Amino acid sequence: MAEILQLLVSGVATGAVYALPAIGFVLLWQTTGTINFAQGEFVMLPSVVMLALIWAGLPLWISFAVTLVLSCALQGVAFKSIVVQPIIKHGVLPIIISTIALAILMRESAKEFFSNEAHAFPMPVPYVVIEFGGVTLTSHHLFNLAAAFLLIVALNWFLGRTKTGRAMQATAQNPETAAVLGINVPRMVSLAYVINAGLVTVAALLVTPIYLAKWDNGEIIGLTAFIAAIIGGFNQVRGAILGGVMVGVLENFSAYYISTQYRTAFPLILLIVIIIWRPYGLMGRAPERTV
Amino acid sequence: MLRWILLAAIAAVLLWLPTELKPYGIFLFSNWLLFCVVAIGLNLTIGYAGQISLAQAGFMGIGAYTTAILTTSHGYDFWATLPISAGLSFFIGVIVGYPALRVQHHYLAFVTLGFNILVYLVFRNEDWLTGGAFGVFDIPRPHLFGFSTADPLAFYYVCLGFFLVMFLVARHIVRSPWGRAFAALRDNPVRAASLGVDIRAYTLLAFAIGSMFAGLAGSFYASLLEFIDPYAFAIENSLAFLLMVISGGSATLIGPIIGAGLVLLMPEWLRFAKDYYLMIYALFVMVLMAFCPEGVVGLWRRFVAAARHRRMNAAAAKEPAR
Repeated sequence: MAEILQLLVSGVATGAVYALPAIGFVLLWQTTGTINFAQGEFVMLPSVVMLALIWAGLPLWISFAVTLVLSCALQGVAFKSIVVQPIIKHGVLPIIISTIALAILMRESAKEFFSNEAHAFPMPVPYVVIEFGGVTLTSHHLFNLAAAFLLIVALNWFLGRTKTGRAMQATAQNPETAAVLGINVPRMVSLAYVINAGLVTVAALLVTPIYLAKWDNGEIIGLTAFIAAIIGGFNQVRGAILGGVMVGVLENFSAYYISTQYRTAFPLILLIVIIIWRPYGLMGRAPERTV
Repeated sequence: MLRWILLAAIAAVLLWLPTELKPYGIFLFSNWLLFCVVAIGLNLTIGYAGQISLAQAGFMGIGAYTTAILTTSHGYDFWATLPISAGLSFFIGVIVGYPALRVQHHYLAFVTLGFNILVYLVFRNEDWLTGGAFGVFDIPRPHLFGFSTADPLAFYYVCLGFFLVMFLVARHIVRSPWGRAFAALRDNPVRAASLGVDIRAYTLLAFAIGSMFAGLAGSFYASLLEFIDPYAFAIENSLAFLLMVISGGSATLIGPIIGAGLVLLMPEWLRFAKDYYLMIYALFVMVLMAFCPEGVVGLWRRFVAAARHRRMNAAAAKEPAR
């Protein structure tokens, strides 16, 4: 029983971190209809940059702050205006292909200019083991859980309760009407990209101590984020959270009880089962037909 | 007339050139022909059904391992493995495609991405079946009409024949009423559906046929290399096939063939760039997507259209004003 509880808690902690890039993914889809295939690399690159800054002698939190600013500028604003904007008018297919190419570019750059090996990444909090009713938890799990949870709550509050957040949602639902109502649509779109860049940078901080900093991390993280987003429902931020947690828990249980070699396979099987059962995800709604 | 001369010239080059090449050159040409078939298959999915598959290397691997295992451990003849390889990749294509195509939003891209990773894991981990990381050795080259094709040049002609057959099959599919249904569905799914085209069935069929092309090409690939390991069928190679179709020009017959040549020769041309070549290639694709998403064929068409336009303008200027 304690074993199951422990796997559950650590699974939820990992899953909450997966939920961050998954939410960003959904935000980009909602606001611009962009499917970002480089989302995993968007997590990998900040982790590598952060580590490089730490090696250069900066404390972890300063390098995190610097990386966050860089990420918002490059993976947020520059990504939107240089990569997405010129292509989005051609449709979804070219944007998918272009972001796949971007993923290759980022991966290869990290391998070439940083390192082709995996490197240990410092934990943001001191390592403490906590015993609680037979369940052993680490401070790192708790920190991840708390950080991801707070960020998600803050984001939900921003999207649902503030004027800017509601304007963003309006933009996502219907850009034309939003523009008529006096919402600055391009600014809202930029904001979505900046929020995505922030989410992936926090995810990098939380996930890299477990995954190690490596150039090809993005592949698995990206795929997990896609799976989480689709399981939950592609058009729902809440869905992405549910999906992330489900994938994290499933990964933990299957790796413990069944096989570590096929760790990545189980979320995929879950994905296929859910798509067959509920094609638009657990919380998703079927999109209205447009002729 | 010009078209026939051009075709004859291409045929002559394809028949004659490899006889002048060293074994590595012959290998590159054979490899190109097989990759053309894989890319043509993927083009059925992308160009005609408007869906992205990222498992083309995985399907190629399924075909390659089928032939490799059956010929080395079970004493099958190469030709006898082909229907099995084709059937298996088609069948798995249907199983993978069915859930993904229930929904829109390019779910197929994600499902196939995961599927390719899964297939790679199976190839690498199931030692009893696939030889694990070491792969399968001593895959035989086939006999044809009693002649051995063990010689690189002889096997090149086998690849050439295979390519021609598959090219004609694809050409037939695209030009049949059936292929026109594909195009209708890509350009306007809602209208196609209202005219009675069963979107889901056609898309699934296009994807499964594309997968079968990859599986068959994989069988020949195993025989060409005489040795296969899991790395040849990793997700990176699926991306490479995707880039072949896109950089050449999707929804055209010639595009994937040009693209396969581009992608295959890129490492050779960019040898001076050494490790940077993938980065250069990725940048090239991004620029291409921004300025000409129709690929090299689209670029050429644009050039021809511009030249014609200029000629007409010049002719109009010469004519006296009436």
